[in-house]
Amino acid sequence: MKSLADLEAIRQRAATDVNIRREHDGTRIVVGMATCGIAAGARPVMTAFVEEIGKRNLSDVSVVQTGCIGMCRLEPIVEVMRPGEEKVTYVKMTPEKARRVVSEHIVNGNIVAEYTIGNA
Amino acid sequence: MYRGHVLCCGGTGCTSSGSEAIINEMEAQLKANGLENEIKVIKTGCFGLCALGPIMVVYPEGAFYSRVKVEDVKEIVEEHLLKGRIVTRLLYQETVEDDGIKSLNEVDFYKKQHRVALRNCGVIDPENIDEYIEADGYKALGKVLTEMTREEVIDEVTKSGLRGRGGGGFPTGLKWKFAYNAKGDKKFVACNADEGDPGAFMDRSILEGDPHSVIEAMAIAAYAVGADQGYIYIRAEYPIAVKRLEIAIGQARAYGLLGKNIFGTDFSFDLELRLGAGAFVCGEETALMTSIEGKRGEPRPRPPFPANQGLWAKPTLLNNVETYANITQIINNGAEWFSSIGTEKSKGTKVFALGGKINNTGLVEIPMGTTLREIIEEIGGGIPDGKKFKAAQTGGPSGGCIPAALMDTPIDYDSLIQIGSMMGSGGLIVMDEDNCMVDIAKFFLEFTVDESCGKCAPCRIGTKRLLEILTKITDGKGTMEDIDRLEELAYTIKNSSLCGLGQTAPNPVLSTLRYFRDEYIAHVKDKTCPAGVCKALSRYVINREKCKGCSLCSRQCPVGAISGKIKEPFVIDSDKCIKCGACMEACKFGAIYKK
Repeated sequence: MKSLADLEAIRQRAATDVNIRREHDGTRIVVGMATCGIAAGARPVMTAFVEEIGKRNLSDVSVVQTGCIGMCRLEPIVEVMRPGEEKVTYVKMTPEKARRVVSEHIVNGNIVAEYTIGNA
Repeated sequence: MYRGHVLCCGGTGCTSSGSEAIINEMEAQLKANGLENEIKVIKTGCFGLCALGPIMVVYPEGAFYSRVKVEDVKEIVEEHLLKGRIVTRLLYQETVEDDGIKSLNEVDFYKKQHRVALRNCGVIDPENIDEYIEADGYKALGKVLTEMTREEVIDEVTKSGLRGRGGGGFPTGLKWKFAYNAKGDKKFVACNADEGDPGAFMDRSILEGDPHSVIEAMAIAAYAVGADQGYIYIRAEYPIAVKRLEIAIGQARAYGLLGKNIFGTDFSFDLELRLGAGAFVCGEETALMTSIEGKRGEPRPRPPFPANQGLWAKPTLLNNVETYANITQIINNGAEWFSSIGTEKSKGTKVFALGGKINNTGLVEIPMGTTLREIIEEIGGGIPDGKKFKAAQTGGPSGGCIPAALMDTPIDYDSLIQIGSMMGSGGLIVMDEDNCMVDIAKFFLEFTVDESCGKCAPCRIGTKRLLEILTKITDGKGTMEDIDRLEELAYTIKNSSLCGLGQTAPNPVLSTLRYFRDEYIAHVKDKTCPAGVCKALSRYVINREKCKGCSLCSRQCPVGAISGKIKEPFVIDSDKCIKCGACMEACKFGAIYKK
């Protein structure tokens, strides 16, 4: 390390990892992980979210789990909550769909309407 | 990228209650459930709430699990980490609310605390320099080396009003200035991590939880005073702290934060550890330096002061761990920010190790000026079993006690001196009505008699005589003249001892005499120990009304001191009784009591 810029680079690299422990108001991705969700394939969906967020260095996004939402036939269900916006519920998710939601909705703010519960 | 972090306390407190096994089990369970690439386990330093250890915090939810057992880990993994259902049963119940959990900062124990020196303890992974850097680590060193002159650094520390946290309370900026002004071809900086007061563990926790904060501050100090070599003198009894320091120094060297031309400047600095062999006197600055030099740890007269002639007779700056831990915050946030915390003459915060008769034993950091009542009743959660608070001992064997009447005294350097105690390094031992103050004074004297290095007569012989008089009093053989002699001798030792150890050793006697003289008099005149602690003065008696004559006590008595006829009240022969208390424990009718 030879300069303050080097130090800052290390700091930013570490930030993506440590941010999860801070109280933040960023985006929350909630994956339904009850028996119904897991049976329908929620685990690979969640893993896809985690991987994609890591790949893109999105430090202000957290992935959390929740129980059964009550619409088991539509699992895997994923809710995306962006600060100041209404909650968006995606249904019948797959890892591919998850990656698209990250790039279009989480990063660019465009809801992927065709996966939402309204279109199910 | 991990979606969750499991932070387990790896401080000495939680380690001794089994956190190591819990961490291993957690890793095994994560693997068994295929979660090892999703959830990261981090071993942190002390969270402060040692009474509730082992502690585990799960993020992003911030769920605070307390008193975790190895058997609980499976449930936490399968329920919380796999399915996302927090195991409410295992949470620290103070954090549980009807509609979820509340943040730790809102819990009574943490609410009134202000964490400056402990800011990273229990928050970062102390064995990973990246996490320290992420928390603005080494930013202060970078700023100092690239933007500030040596004089500006000293000025900033002086303006902050920081005073030595090892107990003396000497202004840190002034100390730095002395070392800066001292002439010499070679200078050293050193860190006193020889924390010896019984019941004190602040410095250990800082080194275990945030070792880089001390390393960075020592580099800043070295730049300011013109040193290029540092030593951390740490007790060998702190193996976890030693290990983490070694790891931290290795990582800092690998990043070039220690070594030659740090941040591309002319400044070079390196650090070495020196392990203390357990002598209390080595916490005294001149003895500590003699010990670093490889000689027997004995103090020497001052002047010359270490700032002019310290290690190998070269100018040396010596500060305590907690003092260093404040430095980077002062540089990063400014002297004004620091001096806005605390009281007029005592700036910033102080870490205390809460121990004794208190519910939340552990580590707390409070702004100077907080009252003892707030610490004990609000943060500490009060005295267990509904007992009454009697006194608190600050400053360990060098300090004194604060009685209940003075509970509203603000805690700062000068107020504590005024009431006959001292800040000390930060041990705070709480005593309730069951503690005998003469016995407490005797306990601390036993410690200093053991630890006196023997170099000067007042300390070597004087403390021994003090202890003899105290023992005589607790044995019920004291006279009123003994109390006067105790006081006279105490002042003589204070005035004539060579170093801080002897000069402060009589403090526990003097302060208990000041506030609890009546207890001394009760021991001498009435031959009783009001708290019922001193064995020689207590007596076991059988209540004739309650005794059913079952003979159980007489069968338990190891010396055959209890006799009587079956179905008639038994009696204890006080001359034979050795006051072991076995009879009282055995009695099923509560007929035996101590008086």
